[in-house]
Amino acid sequence: MSKTQELDRVVIRFAGDSGDGMQLTGTEFTKAAAEAGNDISTFPDFPAEIRAPAGSLFGVSGFQLHFSSGEIYTPGDAPDVLVVMNPAALKTNLKDLVDGGVLIANSGAFIESNLKKAGYTSNPLEDGSLSKYRVHAVDISHLTVTALDGSALSTKEKGRSKNFFALGLVFWMYGRDPETEVRRIITQFQKRPELGEANVKVFKAGYHYGETAEVFQTVYKVPPAKFAPGMYRNITGNEALAMGLIAGAHLAGKTVFYAGYPITPASTILHSLAKFKNYGVMTLQAEDEIAAMGAALGAAYGGALAVTASSGPGIALKQEGIGLGVMTELPVVIVNVQRGGPSTGLPTKTEQSDLFQAIYGRNGEAPVPVIAAKSPGDSFYAAIEAVKVAIQHMVPVFLLSDGYIANGSEPWPLPDVSKLPRFDVQHRTDPEGYFVYQRNQETLAREWVVPGTPGLEHRIGGIEKDFLTGNISYEPANHERQVHVRAEKVERVARSLGELDLRGETSGDVLLIGWGGTFGSLRQATEELRSQGKRVSHAHLRWLSPLEPGLEKIIGNFRHVMVAELNTGQLRTILRAKFLIDIKGLNKVQGQPFKVREVVNALEPLCESKATSTAATTTAAAAPAQA
Amino acid sequence: MSDPAPKLVKLTKKDFESDQDVRWCPGCGDYAILATVQRSLAQMGVKRETTVFVSGIGCSSRFPYYMNTYGFHSIHGRAPAVATGLKLARPDLDVWVITGDGDGLSIGGNHLLHALRRNSDLKIILFNNQIYGLTKGQYSPTSKLGTRSGSTPAGSIDHPVNPLQFALGAGATFVARCTDTDAKGLGAILQRAYQHKGGVLIEILQNCPVFNDGIWDPVKEDPSGKQMPLVDGKPLTFAGGTMGIRLSPDLRPEIVKVGDDGVKEEQLLVHNERGSSGYAYLLAGMTHPEFPVPVGILHVEDKPTYGQMAHQQIADARAKQGEGQLDKLLLSGMTWEVGPDGTRH
Repeated sequence: MSKTQELDRVVIRFAGDSGDGMQLTGTEFTKAAAEAGNDISTFPDFPAEIRAPAGSLFGVSGFQLHFSSGEIYTPGDAPDVLVVMNPAALKTNLKDLVDGGVLIANSGAFIESNLKKAGYTSNPLEDGSLSKYRVHAVDISHLTVTALDGSALSTKEKGRSKNFFALGLVFWMYGRDPETEVRRIITQFQKRPELGEANVKVFKAGYHYGETAEVFQTVYKVPPAKFAPGMYRNITGNEALAMGLIAGAHLAGKTVFYAGYPITPASTILHSLAKFKNYGVMTLQAEDEIAAMGAALGAAYGGALAVTASSGPGIALKQEGIGLGVMTELPVVIVNVQRGGPSTGLPTKTEQSDLFQAIYGRNGEAPVPVIAAKSPGDSFYAAIEAVKVAIQHMVPVFLLSDGYIANGSEPWPLPDVSKLPRFDVQHRTDPEGYFVYQRNQETLAREWVVPGTPGLEHRIGGIEKDFLTGNISYEPANHERQVHVRAEKVERVARSLGELDLRGETSGDVLLIGWGGTFGSLRQATEELRSQGKRVSHAHLRWLSPLEPGLEKIIGNFRHVMVAELNTGQLRTILRAKFLIDIKGLNKVQGQPFKVREVVNALEPLCESKATSTAATTTAAAAPAQA
Repeated sequence: MSDPAPKLVKLTKKDFESDQDVRWCPGCGDYAILATVQRSLAQMGVKRETTVFVSGIGCSSRFPYYMNTYGFHSIHGRAPAVATGLKLARPDLDVWVITGDGDGLSIGGNHLLHALRRNSDLKIILFNNQIYGLTKGQYSPTSKLGTRSGSTPAGSIDHPVNPLQFALGAGATFVARCTDTDAKGLGAILQRAYQHKGGVLIEILQNCPVFNDGIWDPVKEDPSGKQMPLVDGKPLTFAGGTMGIRLSPDLRPEIVKVGDDGVKEEQLLVHNERGSSGYAYLLAGMTHPEFPVPVGILHVEDKPTYGQMAHQQIADARAKQGEGQLDKLLLSGMTWEVGPDGTRH
């Protein structure tokens, strides 16, 4: 009889071949944790190859889930439990497993050829090298096929169900309700009921194995977390972003026109939006990134709420079009789900290295507002805000996300949409005294006049415009005036921005500044240090251009200022230039998010030193892993 | 209360002229095209406010500034993309695209291909002068092999693309050709193009008096022999009906003499606008100096447009799922409720 042990929080990671179904296993286990009322945070981490060669080190796909009875901000630094489906998954993930952690290994895959591919000369499950972990070697491959004895499926097809054995096993370990999962599997495989049936059988076999095998003596229970009352759902960043765009358009009295070209990790925004046609969403899979940008501009000229999304390389292609949007002063939202660069870089890994590209990446003086989402759920609100600023200031707006929050998920309290403030667009129809580039004195936006309006026929384009009439003008003073007014228009966005997201006091030893998807790690590190009495505050910037006015008021009140970002110091460079302060950097460019520990380690010395620190100004978050 | 009957104001060519100075070189073929387009739109009775001209970059792309309609002078090669977005967002508008051989077939070749492939309801007019004018005379993708230019002092060595064969290959549903100064011919084509629902490509053989002067003169100046006006349902003849085109046994167009000392008219190919795309391709391939250049409407076919189908999908989704409501949008996944005690219910 097994005993039950209660835990506050667990970090579990599933790892296997990219064809082993680890993302599905992780997603299903996440649903179970959410259903059980835990707070959750996930981190899918997969290779760019769809089906990398079986057993290879570079083909390992992982899914990390952090579930807890208390509030959590991140998917966890290091797994307490590691499930590996083959030797390559063990090799690439073992270094992260905590000492004394639980390792569940599919021993059936630890055969000589796989061991060799992973670079093992002896079987680690047998040679004693894993003695500091609690190892459970289970022949999942064999048990899966046995469970499907008598099934009409081929041996190969049977083998594909093995991720459900692993899922069943962890369901048992953490006391999850198997019946809910069985129903979900049946629904998911409605179109291939024979596969659904097989998966259910294997899932149950895994669950019962846990129950009957002597090796697992403990069932762990993570009690539900306390949440604020309300309706919740589990949401990924890209889903939330797509919904935010629809909501933003709705609040403006518009419908979404979305043009995009497939690119990782932005494609799921297109997929999400394409499902919501009954909301009037028009999606166009364009022939290329440039066309997607062009179509968005055309739709914006026509009066639609136009959006395009991509990732770094695609954004580079769109930049000329964004410049045209700056010149013609049309509202467009450009989403950049950042990934590792340069060039093709690390398509499935996260990075924040496109900040310069967003702020400076066009020819000429072409400023645009730049906003960054900080978490999966926050992508909803950031999208609405981007829509609002684009419309109210008649300007292309960059909305930055990243691969980490785009694919990561968390429980999300649903907002009361009836309380979201509307910002309905009024298109001018009065021809009397109309000039194409006359401006709203507060926002400096020109009026959004759409074709179809009698008497307001006008032409716009990429050639410099007369300050008032919008006719072509090569006049030197007019050009300079227009350059300044376009910049001032972006600066004026700051007038309507909300409060700076600040945790802690407005003065102290260290001000930690971050932006975008690093929020969870930075906030948790801050909380940890503050709970030890350290005088650390964390400002998380929502707007990168213009900067929130609240930052200027406090940035000089700290002994140290540190910008933590997943690049080599882009925001830091901007802030140093703007505020003339010797800001330190915490930087990491490994395609991985910050671990809380890395942030804590970087901040601790600054809390203790008395302004005489001789440490290098830039701290590497962690030494790159040695191959 | 019903509105009073709208007052019908007949617009004239002048109503379609903007207040901007036209800045093309003296003698440019674009002047004649502009005048014909302005006159034709007035004659067709289109509304200025629902007409939009979209262009890319190049001499021809300045066109929208001179039209007193809505207009968007975009960036090099991207006009078909901008126009695609505009027409999709606003199916009520008539969207015309003005492009050139460099803009449409070089830097923007991909967009032109896909706009036509999708059968977006766009009227695309391509001014072909076989040269880059605005950048001062480099050879273009339609320049003849051996064209000497600033960038090819020893002669160009790439083979030209045939704009109409390109359009047919892309699946254009309305393909036509005209010369810049043929106001009557162009007017007739514009009228038909305006009525067509789908992707239109009109090639206008346009003269650049500065960098490629007279390139089309052989076609224009000897209409009796070097041009072949296409008339639907009539045999392919030229030179006052004395010459004709027959299909050779190996499926090539063949010039034959017509009449008592030649072949009978029944043996000639008969023009069919709605003929096979293979026939249209054959016509489009008849180029100077080997053949008389066919002018008029080469090919027409009816296909659902991209916009029709895209809007139909939205209408179908609304009919099936109901008009989307914001509160339901957020409930579209797995949801749960947390009670006042902070735990899940």
